Amino acid sequence: MKGKRRKAEKIIFHSEREMPMAPMSIGSMTFNLTGAWRNIRPVIDLDNCLQCGICWKFCPDAAILIENEYPVIDYDYCKGCGLCAEECPTKCITMEEEIK
Amino acid sequence: MKKPRTMKLSLPLEEYMNPGHLACQGCGATLAMRYVLKALGQKTVLCIPACCWSVIDGPFPYSSLDVPIFHCAFETAAASASGVKAGLEMVGDKETTVVAWAGDGGTFDIGLQALSGAAERNDNIIYVCYDNEAYMNTGIQRSSATPYGAWTTTTPVKHFKDQPKKDIVAIMAAHCIPYVATASVAYPEDLYRKMKKAKDIKGTRFFHIFAPCPSGWKSRPEDTIKLARLAVQTCYFPLYEIEWGEKYTLNIKPKEKKPVVEYLRLQGRFSHLTEKEINLIQAEVDRKWERLLRLCGQAEERPAQQK
Amino acid sequence: MKKVIMGNHALSYGAMLSRVQVISAYPITPQTQVVELLSEMCASKVLEAQFIKVESEHSAMAALIGAALAGARTFTATSAQGLALMHELLHWASGARLPIVMGNINRAMAPGWSIWSDQNDSLSQRDTGWMQFYCANNQEVLDSVIQAYKVAERFFIPAMVILDAFSLSHTYEVVDVPDQALVDAYLPPFKPAFRLTPDEPHAFGGLTSPDHYFELRYKLQKAMEKVPEAVEETGREYEKLFGRYLGEVEAHRLDDAEIILVTSGTAGSTARVAVDQLREKGLAVGNLRIRLFRPFPFHLVRRLLSRAKKVAVVDRNISYGHHGIFYQEIKSALYGFSSIPIFGFIAGLGGRDITPETFAEIIDYTLSHDTPEAEIVWIGVKK
Repeated sequence: MKGKRRKAEKIIFHSEREMPMAPMSIGSMTFNLTGAWRNIRPVIDLDNCLQCGICWKFCPDAAILIENEYPVIDYDYCKGCGLCAEECPTKCITMEEEIK
Repeated sequence: MKKPRTMKLSLPLEEYMNPGHLACQGCGATLAMRYVLKALGQKTVLCIPACCWSVIDGPFPYSSLDVPIFHCAFETAAASASGVKAGLEMVGDKETTVVAWAGDGGTFDIGLQALSGAAERNDNIIYVCYDNEAYMNTGIQRSSATPYGAWTTTTPVKHFKDQPKKDIVAIMAAHCIPYVATASVAYPEDLYRKMKKAKDIKGTRFFHIFAPCPSGWKSRPEDTIKLARLAVQTCYFPLYEIEWGEKYTLNIKPKEKKPVVEYLRLQGRFSHLTEKEINLIQAEVDRKWERLLRLCGQAEERPAQQK
Repeated sequence: MKKVIMGNHALSYGAMLSRVQVISAYPITPQTQVVELLSEMCASKVLEAQFIKVESEHSAMAALIGAALAGARTFTATSAQGLALMHELLHWASGARLPIVMGNINRAMAPGWSIWSDQNDSLSQRDTGWMQFYCANNQEVLDSVIQAYKVAERFFIPAMVILDAFSLSHTYEVVDVPDQALVDAYLPPFKPAFRLTPDEPHAFGGLTSPDHYFELRYKLQKAMEKVPEAVEETGREYEKLFGRYLGEVEAHRLDDAEIILVTSGTAGSTARVAVDQLREKGLAVGNLRIRLFRPFPFHLVRRLLSRAKKVAVVDRNISYGHHGIFYQEIKSALYGFSSIPIFGFIAGLGGRDITPETFAEIIDYTLSHDTPEAEIVWIGVKK
């Protein structure tokens, strides 16, 4: 299934000539690594993972990817909300202190 | 590690919402968007009036969604969507689904006129109201979707909101549009199924999606799904469909109706309520649930007057 | 083909010939005939367009902004209270760079309720980034709609075609309604610079910080500045095909005029008659009727007015706490270029009739004063 995402670039305009005529988007927010918002991070114990997909399903940031039939946290974007840990049926996700 | 079996996901894998967006931790509104776009697919245009999603999507010159967005004026979600649909058809695109994506403020209050107009005309749009029960984007001010008893910045504890939540679903049903549905982010498969069904219906379709907001409800970010689930299990926010204003279908009937206090006590915005006030809320939940059961042809017992 | 039609229907024919694709309108006196005829044209498929019968003028403009973003050519018409209700979205249409064309019937703003001619409604919107064309006859109304699309779609700026309530909207005149084929030769289909399409998704109108907003608005102004020349150019093109020229202004007997009246709308055409009458009496007067008000035709105004001895501006409007609006704009245009005395007259508010006698009184005052006694000279008010 899907692998790691391609991250977009930050956009800088040096002149009005480089800007579109109307206020319209020309790039993706994926340049914005919201992982920096975290104070706690989820850690999945794959040994107890049921591969149910619930954590992937309930992530508000789509920051859980599926790789080789298992969920993988995308720490570039995970904001540490804890929903995955809370909803996991086997409680195999723990929220650990983020070390910066 | 044991040999992995194939995962069977209950929703399609493909995402149309990218990470990097500006939503708070645990935001229910982003889950609503994620599920709706999975159901509607890439050939979708969103009209988003002023609301949390105006900011969540990201500032110029970026966007987090892989579908086109028209950020429109506050009152105009439905009118803008009607216009976009007409415009697309006239330039030869009759396939793309046009969705008005508004918060509760832009639907129940300032956008109600335009919504009623579009529904009366039965314009071929899907209107989604994601409801976090206040003007969250501007800092938690009350809207007519704010429930009885809630604290907001304009209904402080000494004068908490003492009007009931406006029944937007009843208002939309009264327009006799082809499809009205409620949904909750804790039941994504139900939302997905209904949105897929709505996609193929012509005319105005209205969704009321319950989207908890940890910032505004003063709840823990990790409780968002639990809250959305409890709202359904306490019958505080039932899940049902109404077709043509007449046919009511109940989607989830909790085996055991939980007391509403289990839902209320997880939220700081209700922490000031007395037992008397909580009982009032429970009585109202019960009354409306009974009424809904009757409408769905599932009344468990005769209405009180007939006893 | 020549038809006898009212001003409102001239708007409808202009929109029909321009092959508009989405119309969204709400009824208001004295605009109703515009949309009634367009409804019939859509129903009988004379015009292939979708007509969204919205529940307010605010929704009318909102729907058009959506339709224009989707890539369609759009049209609506309104007046006074309706135009005022759209105000927020007028800013939106120009900021979003959408070439929407709208007919506005100049009607006095309430209270009290007035359905009669007055320019405050459209002039109150002069800062919203819309082009404004003030018309003096029904032929001009029809032609202006078609020309407005040409210029609007070249620069991606919306445009208003403005006509007086009743004196033009409901007055029947002979109008040459051109052949569709000829209009098609002049006005090709709308080619959007950007649009809402899943094939190339963009988010339009998102949060724009101080780092970017300034440049976007600079671009709008720069585009506006190119419009006066384009109006002349497309006017000449129109003349070649249709035999009629319409430019930024209409100049009548200016060459040797000692006093030049500056007027707009139907008062401008009454002024022409008055000028001829006064010339008979030996007075060297002329009339400059402003057609293009936004963007303001600075160069023409400076060139044409500076040879006179005096200028008499006639406003059918007022900016309360200041003066007549055309008066202010003429003064500001001539500042630094000419020091001739400029007289400001206000007449005809709320539909009070403006006649050749009105102009006789105005010229009389201007002749008998070296400089105006006041910045506003009220004509016709029962003091």
